[in-house]
Amino acid sequence: MTAHASTSEAGAAPAGRGFTRALRVLGVLGIVGMGFTVWLGLWVTPPDRTQGDLVRLVYLHPPIAWISLYLAFGIAALSSVLWLWPRTRSRFWDRLAVSAMEVGVVFTALTLFTGSLWGRPTWGVWWAWDARLTATALLLVLQLGYLALRRVPSDPDVRARRAALAAVIAAVDVPIVHFSVNWWRTLHQNATVLNANLSPTIHGAMAWTLLLGFVAMTLVFFWLLLLRYRIEVLAEGAGDAALQVALAERWSEGAPADEPAGPASNREPARSGS
Amino acid sequence: MASAVSFRGAVALTGQFPALAGIDLDVAAGEVVVLQGANGAGKTSVLRACAGLLPVTDGRAEVLGVDLRRHAPRVRRLVGLLGHAPALYDDLTVAENVRFAVKAAGAAADRVDDVLERVGLGGRLRRSSAGRLSAGQRRRVALAVLVARAPRLWLLDEPHAALDAEGRSLLVALLDDAVRDGTTVVLASHEIAEAAPLADRVVTLAGGRVVDSARGERRRVLPGGAHVA
Amino acid sequence: MWRDALLVAGKDLRIELRSRVVLNQVAPFAVLVLVLFAFALGPQRGPMVQAAPGLFWVAVLFAAVLAVQRSTAVESTEGTRDGLRAAGLDPAGVFLGKTGAVALELVVLEAFLTGGVLLFYGVTVHSAGLLVVASLVGTAGLAAVGTLYGALSSGLRVRETLLPLLLLPVAAPVLLAGTRVWQAAFATHATAGDPWLRLLLVFAAVYLALGVVIFGPLQEAS
Repeated sequence: MTAHASTSEAGAAPAGRGFTRALRVLGVLGIVGMGFTVWLGLWVTPPDRTQGDLVRLVYLHPPIAWISLYLAFGIAALSSVLWLWPRTRSRFWDRLAVSAMEVGVVFTALTLFTGSLWGRPTWGVWWAWDARLTATALLLVLQLGYLALRRVPSDPDVRARRAALAAVIAAVDVPIVHFSVNWWRTLHQNATVLNANLSPTIHGAMAWTLLLGFVAMTLVFFWLLLLRYRIEVLAEGAGDAALQVALAERWSEGAPADEPAGPASNREPARSGS
Repeated sequence: MASAVSFRGAVALTGQFPALAGIDLDVAAGEVVVLQGANGAGKTSVLRACAGLLPVTDGRAEVLGVDLRRHAPRVRRLVGLLGHAPALYDDLTVAENVRFAVKAAGAAADRVDDVLERVGLGGRLRRSSAGRLSAGQRRRVALAVLVARAPRLWLLDEPHAALDAEGRSLLVALLDDAVRDGTTVVLASHEIAEAAPLADRVVTLAGGRVVDSARGERRRVLPGGAHVA
Repeated sequence: MWRDALLVAGKDLRIELRSRVVLNQVAPFAVLVLVLFAFALGPQRGPMVQAAPGLFWVAVLFAAVLAVQRSTAVESTEGTRDGLRAAGLDPAGVFLGKTGAVALELVVLEAFLTGGVLLFYGVTVHSAGLLVVASLVGTAGLAAVGTLYGALSSGLRVRETLLPLLLLPVAAPVLLAGTRVWQAAFATHATAGDPWLRLLLVFAAVYLALGVVIFGPLQEAS
């Protein structure tokens, strides 16, 4: 008789050597890629005609923004759906969802930060209600809400289901938010200074650096994602061990003083009747 | 003989705590089983699991032919649970509460007034706010819901608590009526003196599992034909 | 499903009629929000008139949070926590019923609030039909997503602080769109509100459909 929660996959802990090696390779590639991007971005590529050196943020801000929304949040939402769908239900998706959402929150915050840095010299203000920044700010709050919900202590399956549902409800809102915020900005033309585009024209060496920036940032994202995933697996393992201890304690409640605690002490119930 | 409840190594968790730790339990159709055990032994958990409210995560669990691990919600209309705290909306009257609960379970609400008379809540009490009732009266409302719905399996959690002497004899009378109709009853109680005479079998729980099973004091022929000497 | 929805909605509305929580507590709160904003925006009518549509919808949003809290609290007492689940009601029906009850309560509140806005802020309406339709549709969407989050957080002790954090960001498009429609209704060119009205419709349709589908699993998770 197995007496542990069947949805935990004890053998699924990817702490094997293959996983660690993949993790290391990703990390190295990512960091090296970032290094190159920074070098190319800061020294090799030319400054923009209108924005000057400020344009160098284009190698960071768009990749981070793209990753935070499409990659991180997208993975989190998709994993949530896959967890909820009975045929594909597996603890793997729950772990992936929370990992993606947590790493994603960092990327979203960075999007806002780099966006603000870029905006300050361009617009003269630290913050402007530009369509993309506004939508990103809302995304940040949605992600924080998800994480707050997931932190509430519960049975792991209940918690996973609750978080997955919250992710789906929020994910459905994201396209609506994007549409509405974009309309909001375009239907109300404000002073031209705010229309100054954050998207400069890209060509030549800049294009390659931008591509490298995207690739390197994506590698870093996946590296962080897998790191966080491993932490989640370890935390779950600790939880399962605690469950085994709790089960043993529970059995010892039931066993009379002269019998040993454990599965052996479950006597067959005698049936009444002739 | 048809089986109303069948658990094999069933595990159910509340949070991280194993409320049911691999329990084996069988209740035949039409049988009256009393669960006894210390606080925390798992009596309430067994009842809630049978009602489809506590998910069973391991082992096998079947109630009235419904597999609890896969289709728990289907069992809810078939069973009636009388829990610690009756499910009453304080702002509605007694009659409104009973009518709602009966209609929600898909049963007809025409006998509600008669049932309320039977449990001693007729007349003016029918129209009082549920929030004003004493604990014993709330128990009676919950009993009324049970009788009016007439499910095939009754799950009673400490039904004697909060009931005065009159209430207790009412409970026995209602139980006998239901049992005569072939209803299966699982009753959890601390008061063995009161509960044993009602039972075909008394099952002792400890640590989330069954540790003993003994004959009860009810003398009768079980619906399936097995004779209790 | 519809039978269960009507049963649950009827029950919720009857409870409201008896306890009058929305009438006695949520409505005054919404009016209070309007008054406080009047203090904040200064005695000149100019800023208030401009901000009136937005303020209305902000007040509605806050009132919606309270109404949903109340709707969830009714089901969260020690006895009723499992009540709707244990009764064997169709979850989609429970969702529609509770959403409908909250929506109705909010619509009644909005009627009074509209009067309040017209009175306090001194605006004139050019297209009342647009106002009414926008309020109805927007409220339906708010009630739907609110009921979802309410049920999601119903078992939790931190529900009071968690629910606003979860609900308000998702409801932001309703605030945005509702404000634009109202602005159009106050102005003379009412058609500028059409795309926003369509957005409110999409929002309501999406969340009503989503709720019907996921309320079952959602109930099991609380």
